[in-house]
Amino acid sequence: MIRWRYAATAASLLALGLSACATTGTNAPAKSTQASAKPAEKAEIKPLPKGLDGQASSGFPSTYKPLPSRPTAFVGATVLTATGQQIENGVVIASGGKIVAVGGPDTPIPADVLKVDATGKWITPGVIDAHSHLGVYPSPGVSARSDGNEATDPNTAQVWAEHSVWPQDPGFNRARAGGVTTLQILPGSANLFGGRSVTLKNVPSLTTQGMKFPDAPYGLKMACGENPKRVYGGRGRSPSTAMGNVFGYRKAWIDAADYARKWDDYRAKQQKGEKADPPKRDLQMETLAGVLKGEILVQNHCYRADEEATMIDIAKEFGYKITMFHHAIESYKIAPLLAKEGICSATWASWTGFKMESLDGIDANAAILWKNGACVVIHSDDAIMTQRLNQEAAIAMAAGAKLGVDIPRAEAIKWITANPAKAMGISDKTGSLEAGKAADLVVWSRDPFSVYAQAEKVFIDGALVYDRKDARFQPKSDFELGQPGQGAFN
Amino acid sequence: MIRSLLLASAACALAFPAAAQTVAIVNARIEPVSSAAIPNGTLVIKDGKIAALGAKVTVPAGAKVIDAKGGVVTPGFIAPSSNLGAAEVNGVRETRDDGTGSALSAAFDISYGINPASTFLGLARDGGITSSAVTPILTGTGGGAHEHADDGVVEEMTAGKSGDGDPPLFGGQAAFIRLKAGAPDIVEASKLAVTVSLGESGARAAGGSRGADLVLIRSALEDARAFAARRAAFEQGATRDFGLSRLDLQALVPVVQGKTPLLIRVSRAADIRQALKLAAEEKIKVIFEGVEEGWMVASEIAKAGVPVIVDPQDDLPGSFETLGSRLDNAARLHAAGVAVAINGSRDFNNLRQERLNAGLAVANGLPYSAALAGVTLVPAKIWGQDAKIGSLEVGKLADVVVWNGDPLETTSWPTTVLVGGVEQPKDGRHEQLKARYVASDPGGYPPAYR
Repeated sequence: MIRWRYAATAASLLALGLSACATTGTNAPAKSTQASAKPAEKAEIKPLPKGLDGQASSGFPSTYKPLPSRPTAFVGATVLTATGQQIENGVVIASGGKIVAVGGPDTPIPADVLKVDATGKWITPGVIDAHSHLGVYPSPGVSARSDGNEATDPNTAQVWAEHSVWPQDPGFNRARAGGVTTLQILPGSANLFGGRSVTLKNVPSLTTQGMKFPDAPYGLKMACGENPKRVYGGRGRSPSTAMGNVFGYRKAWIDAADYARKWDDYRAKQQKGEKADPPKRDLQMETLAGVLKGEILVQNHCYRADEEATMIDIAKEFGYKITMFHHAIESYKIAPLLAKEGICSATWASWTGFKMESLDGIDANAAILWKNGACVVIHSDDAIMTQRLNQEAAIAMAAGAKLGVDIPRAEAIKWITANPAKAMGISDKTGSLEAGKAADLVVWSRDPFSVYAQAEKVFIDGALVYDRKDARFQPKSDFELGQPGQGAFN
Repeated sequence: MIRSLLLASAACALAFPAAAQTVAIVNARIEPVSSAAIPNGTLVIKDGKIAALGAKVTVPAGAKVIDAKGGVVTPGFIAPSSNLGAAEVNGVRETRDDGTGSALSAAFDISYGINPASTFLGLARDGGITSSAVTPILTGTGGGAHEHADDGVVEEMTAGKSGDGDPPLFGGQAAFIRLKAGAPDIVEASKLAVTVSLGESGARAAGGSRGADLVLIRSALEDARAFAARRAAFEQGATRDFGLSRLDLQALVPVVQGKTPLLIRVSRAADIRQALKLAAEEKIKVIFEGVEEGWMVASEIAKAGVPVIVDPQDDLPGSFETLGSRLDNAARLHAAGVAVAINGSRDFNNLRQERLNAGLAVANGLPYSAALAGVTLVPAKIWGQDAKIGSLEVGKLADVVVWNGDPLETTSWPTTVLVGGVEQPKDGRHEQLKARYVASDPGGYPPAYR
């Protein structure tokens, strides 16, 4: 089955998508009640001073602008759409930064688009790494740039990863050469609540705001297991045990629910025109309350199956949703539960044995999850591995084949594209090759599941951002100028 | 399928692998490494050794026939420098025997801590690895090039035990193991090399700077020479004071005599030049590991005839001594005439990466034959094992892997692994976990009963 849509349809879908996505990204959340009915009665109500109303504060808006592009048709490649299809001799047409058509060889190509012969190549959506510390733990890894863990308190929900990102990290350039077009940058896992993640378009930029994925929801990094209890237990404070971890989560959610209630009460009174004293804005509580309201996605570092089950119960106790478990190397043990709860598992293909909670890591984790209908994401957490997530997915796919679980490439490609997009709340914008979505795509030298495959051309919003054969499209970080590594691509 | 796998696992768990028998691998593309590939041939193993290989070899009567089904047969891969068998969980110090504290330096002998029952030997075999050089690291320097600190939380993932103080100057003495399941002793050779670091970690061991590191290393070698020359006087307390203990000096004697190599971990081009100078002036044999900036001084390394162990994934300026890291480092070194061995990971738990790293090097310009040699014959030569293993030649030990496809490809895996002609079990701990959980839940009893 080959599906493709006309540009007109695409445009209307896109419009719908944008209007429907008033998330917690850079815009004010949709739930604000201030703009609703009875304007006359509210004339006396003054808005809170700048910075005191978390909902009104737009905070660090994205300044991302797509790079220049021209309408292009890629013709003749094997296309993995990440919607479940593998199209031979396919056609992908991008215009205005969007995909406008995807189909077989009979797909009509408008006369005014640039035709690119991609015979023998493979085309996939841009790779999305749902777990990256590029920028917050950049290269070189020196202590002056170690900005990923605010390891001063088990709850630092108030910190935002985007304030630690060093946009000149050469790792962004290497990742792009591996086909990575979108990244979720997370705080580290020293804390129960590590802080907010940020989703970035992998474009060179002087500022983090210039990379910020427009209208992507925020994530909250949480961590189970050994790291928080070791970091804080080692300092003689809570948590020092797994049960101490769970206490820490529950206490914070109680505080957050209370905080959210105070604001709700205030806004309700305000709306009725009653006099009300606003609660004081608390950045830590604001992020946690955002989770309780469903506006911020929970990204939960959690290795062990039993701890995942505990986290699911905590989420139910307080009425929030866990979007994804990260480093979820034991998810295979509770695959049916994760499928039922609709929680994604982000995993490496086969890393194992580097700590006690990783001891049961097996290369069939992804395959067993997939067999059970659970959502699989292959992530990196590593500046080296992020450059080859395609191969990491291949290893996980092959491990399935070895066990008799045959996973088509058209499915496995979702692990590094459509599924991370879904888990990052941006699947209406990128992650698959469908009309209306961003033209974030990779032209591979061959089957991307091969060890020999290389990303030849990488496009973000239709713009060429990397070309393996053209030095003009091999951007270098300021740090790399004059260093021996500056010729790393040629 | 699952049930039979389980039954097979159960059977294997009870029995040691069968003794070496006559085996014929047929219908295979044979990659001997030391000679041209045989597109469709047969390989015969007798008494644990390779007895014949070629396109027109007949299968001996009574031989166990393994049909490769058009797959590929290679020599067992060799991990050129790892901690396999000397560590079980990176983050659990009690299981780490791949480094030592300040009580010993060059004398530390990793071979004594090798555990033939490590559950990771089987995992390594799943990556086609049948032997490994096991090399000590400096205390406090972590697991290796790709030591994994999840989410930037740096655990005490290091060799040596707590309270060991500063790392010693030398890491200790390396060993070589063959991954024979069920064997009481898998150490093939010990005291094969002494390890040392230049650059940032060497500087740390020496108190803070490169200059101190090199002065101390040179001084130690000088002491070892004096110690060897005046052994009797030393025993009588009639020599000057030496900077190292008797045991450490003794371990360095074969190094200064040129019998045993010094394995030097070095990254920066300038440090590599210092290492070459050290080797030339001290007239010692050396092996380089790391060499991220090796491509910048490739012809000098080639001229000195120093073999290198590289990780082809290294392409980030991860530190100020690896600013020149490039994906084509292996290719450029090889092109300059350097013998290049390919490392997957130093870590016992990720050796499956080795064959993929060889593939990555090919994608970045290394000839396929050189990549295959980089995981077989080159490391065998580096560690002095090439008379026994490293290539498929008549008379060599039958450490042989049958693959269902290109051994460097992501989608291939070993279908049969033989060590010394003995077929190795496929029921390692990780395989048993898989078998337990790939099965659909029949309801009722929990997985612990499966």
